[in-house]
Amino acid sequence: MAWTKKHLLDIESLTADEITTVLDTARGFKAVGERAIKKVPALRGKTVVNLFVEPSTRTRISFELAAQRLSADIVNFSAEASSFKKGETLKDTALNLQALNADFIIIRHSASGAPHFLSRVLDAHVINAGDGAHAHPTQALLDCFTIRERKGKIAGLNVTILGDILYSRVARSDIWALTKLGAKVTLCGPSTLVPKTFERMGCRVTHDVDEAIRDADIINLLRIQHERQRKTMFPSIGEYTQLFGLNQKRLAKTKPDALIMHPGPINRGVEIDSEIADSNRSVILEQVTNGLAVRMAVLFLVNGGKVPAETSN
Amino acid sequence: MPDATVILDATAIQRALTRIAHEIAERNERSAEVALVGIPVGGDHLAARLAKILAGIWNHAVPVGILDTTMHRDDLDDRVAPTVHPTDIPFDVTGKTVVLVDDVLFSGRTTRAAMDALNDFGRPRKIQLAVLIDRGHRELPIKADFIGKNVPTSLDEKISLLLTEAGAEKDQVILQKR
Repeated sequence: MAWTKKHLLDIESLTADEITTVLDTARGFKAVGERAIKKVPALRGKTVVNLFVEPSTRTRISFELAAQRLSADIVNFSAEASSFKKGETLKDTALNLQALNADFIIIRHSASGAPHFLSRVLDAHVINAGDGAHAHPTQALLDCFTIRERKGKIAGLNVTILGDILYSRVARSDIWALTKLGAKVTLCGPSTLVPKTFERMGCRVTHDVDEAIRDADIINLLRIQHERQRKTMFPSIGEYTQLFGLNQKRLAKTKPDALIMHPGPINRGVEIDSEIADSNRSVILEQVTNGLAVRMAVLFLVNGGKVPAETSN
Repeated sequence: MPDATVILDATAIQRALTRIAHEIAERNERSAEVALVGIPVGGDHLAARLAKILAGIWNHAVPVGILDTTMHRDDLDDRVAPTVHPTDIPFDVTGKTVVLVDDVLFSGRTTRAAMDALNDFGRPRKIQLAVLIDRGHRELPIKADFIGKNVPTSLDEKISLLLTEAGAEKDQVILQKR
């Protein structure tokens, strides 16, 4: 199916076919990364700006390499050293970047909806690299890519997302993508972080971790987002680990071929035991490799998209 | 399909491929250095068929690869992103005589992209071009070494190759108005 969207803002506005198009395209780009010459000229002469108003290392580096492997030029703009400190608005910063003829703006922002706002005021392609607790579309796409590559399909699989769901943009984007592709999603974690309201997104919600992971084909662990939550959400990290951390005892009661995923950065000994993270059940590093391929595919696809996402729906 | 003309039927396609294979064999005395690389969609299946015929002529297997050219196209800014096909070149192209195989030679831009893409895998000693149909209207100084059939066309016509490998009922090349 042809991709016609100019931006990638969230998963909610994509069809199952569009998600599949990204996954299929990413397959070709993953192969590029395995060659001696890891670079293709698809975006030669284009300028990509990484506008990261919230700190990030892995996503920023992944987009940076993705742009470079497509032969685009990339500049990094980080909030630390920027004009935000001097009082410039997001819109003015973005317009300044556009005045430098940026073709793509990759934005991470603590405010939900910031990428959508930019897509309305800029001519450039806008890619959401994470906005608040709202969406992290490329993470969901790379998760789907990894699941499909390992399991051969997504439809019908039991996927359990375990941890801090409430504050997680990864969880929201994963739920949208996985349910659109026909997976059965179970959410689990402390009741303060996994409210029943998520059932409205088509998921099963449980607070019993052993029950949540028993029939899972995929166990996707999320990090406790210290920076996004108040201290009152659960008593202590130690108690969280006791009640919800993935340890050998819990793992022994799962399907032998259940895969362990994690968007990173992992907190060893908190949500996941160190040896599990390093075991052959874990695909955490494959997710990183696949993330690069998926981000190349996204840049490649939106480059050909001329229709603003909001009018095409 | 209304006003669709069959230019080549199954027998004619196979005959053309057999002739191309013999021409490739005649041109390349050092058969061990020859490898075929097909351009999807269409050229990959034709390359596999040519390899089979050449193996019969030379009495040894001929390496076959598939080369996606979409990431090297020069029109990516003017169109919806094309479908990316998997590239699979299971041999070292350096020092080889690589015969690029495509179904239809038209503007020559796909061939240009293919030569660039191939160079990312190494430095072939020679690159030759085999096409089933040459329909003219070149936009670049590119010429095929081996041609199944020359078909003069107008720009509002479209040529399609249907092959059983790709799910078609029977092999044929058809010409229709756009």
